[in-house]
Amino acid sequence: MKLDKQTFKLDRATGIGYFAIFAGIIGVAVCIFGFKKFHAQFFYAYLTSYIFWVTIGLGGLFFTLLHHLVDATWSVVLRRMTESVMAALPIMLVFFIPVCLGMDELYHWSHAEAVAHDELLQHKSAWLNPKLFSIRTLIYFVIWFIFGHFLYKISIKQDSEGDPEQKLKEKMRQISGPGMLLFALSITFAAFDWLMSLDPHWYSTIFGVYIFAGSLLSILSFITLLVVFLHKNNILNEEISIEHFHDLGKLIFAFTVFWTYIAFSQYFLIWYGNIPEETVWYLHRWDGNWYKVSLFIVFGHFVIPFLVLLSRVPKRNITMMTVMSIWMLVIHWVDLYWIILPNFNHHFHFSLIESVLNIATFLAVGGLFFAYFWFTFISQSIIPINDPKLKDSIKFVNS
Amino acid sequence: MSNSTHEIEGVLAEFSNPYELLKAAEKIRDAGYKKFDCHSPFPVHGLDAAMGLKPSKLGWFVAMGGATGAAVALLMQWWMSAVDYKIVTSGKPFFSFQAFVPITFELTILFSAFTVVFGMLLLNLLPRLNHPVFNSEQFKKVTDDSFFISLMADDPQFNSEKVKEFLESTGGKNVEELNADE
Repeated sequence: MKLDKQTFKLDRATGIGYFAIFAGIIGVAVCIFGFKKFHAQFFYAYLTSYIFWVTIGLGGLFFTLLHHLVDATWSVVLRRMTESVMAALPIMLVFFIPVCLGMDELYHWSHAEAVAHDELLQHKSAWLNPKLFSIRTLIYFVIWFIFGHFLYKISIKQDSEGDPEQKLKEKMRQISGPGMLLFALSITFAAFDWLMSLDPHWYSTIFGVYIFAGSLLSILSFITLLVVFLHKNNILNEEISIEHFHDLGKLIFAFTVFWTYIAFSQYFLIWYGNIPEETVWYLHRWDGNWYKVSLFIVFGHFVIPFLVLLSRVPKRNITMMTVMSIWMLVIHWVDLYWIILPNFNHHFHFSLIESVLNIATFLAVGGLFFAYFWFTFISQSIIPINDPKLKDSIKFVNS
Repeated sequence: MSNSTHEIEGVLAEFSNPYELLKAAEKIRDAGYKKFDCHSPFPVHGLDAAMGLKPSKLGWFVAMGGATGAAVALLMQWWMSAVDYKIVTSGKPFFSFQAFVPITFELTILFSAFTVVFGMLLLNLLPRLNHPVFNSEQFKKVTDDSFFISLMADDPQFNSEKVKEFLESTGGKNVEELNADE
């Protein structure tokens, strides 16, 4: 892998993409087997992996929108990376097809007979029904596609045409305003539909923000790891400095606290109110061995990253940042697992089949999503070469 | 005010832009002077490094302040709700950490904020009522359009003639002695 110093395009970098495709195909093969043999179990594992990668994609969209909205300087060198993640997001619509196929197993409200015996579901059926569910999902993806597509296209145009009068930059900024609003609404409703409705009696209005917090944490960790990987290959070592790591570290720290604030707010109100129809959700996550996972998340998603990333030193240490980024991605996956799986596996026992299915679905969705991202990424300059603020971004220092 | 009998408190030099200020600060740092300060109408990036200042210790004080706040809040609520005045509230245990989190959070922030403000004053040796630089007429421009470096007499290497020459060699203009009040 080599960087062309003129165009800032990666040469001979397709290997990683093919490797990801290879991993994806192996995953898909195991998935097909798992789908036939362990129907319900497969769909739960699939949904976990699917949401994990979708939240990374959504994080990319959010980061790009935010970058343009606040006219950020420091993150210009990272912009093309988040843009490429965002541009790969529409492919996740294809991967949603298995979720639709598994609707019967995953979503209790999709059974006509269950609805017939459940008054609450009858009242909710105007919103929670298979047809409208699919249409809404399509709408979310159309929103994400439109904003991702235009922002990416204009950004590429800026590379080839230059932007001396900052018109393209201004245009991206204007798109990002409504983009941010629709992003907030779409991720909230997507979280309600895909995850919260797994337990159709339960509701929490903050749930979408909770998923968003995890989403942003995972894209920040993903970008950190990507930069570490590029640096290992002596790419962009001068353009992306320790100062950028420091800022990524600050954001990971900040959103660890944000996640905790949201997670606790959700828990706290339900704990205080003590209404059975609300508390049952937490009860399911305390039953059997699930309490161990719950405690693991409290420590792994808050206490450990909070204490580790509090000081300035680890944020400016690439090894520490690498470890913490991997850790945040792992814990984000555990968090999603903890949201999804108690609906299926009520006591949380370790099972080999489940682990294999988790890995297989993770590779299937992740491998192909990553390959799509990677080929998008290497098809263009890996930093926005004509961004008016590029030089300032490279020189940027934390003071 | 008669100058001749007064003890010299330090030397002041003027610089016309932030770049000159930075370069001069680096030279003074490299010459080994410790008791000097840069004065500017606005924050200058990179000045900390140019002056050879270490990162502030304030962060560690704030961490301790925050931890104290959290401990005080938890102890206070434990004593109030579980020891001194026990009342069953909506069937919850007397010591319910969940209910105590908001107060703990707020007191952590409050104590941290207090430590930031008072720790900053302490580390800057403030409040202080006067400083020899205020006796300089030209120093008034520091809030408008000029940059200054003051090198104080309590520096172990201080020698007023040498320092004056040295500041001029770093590009300083209008070098003057600073005198104490009568």
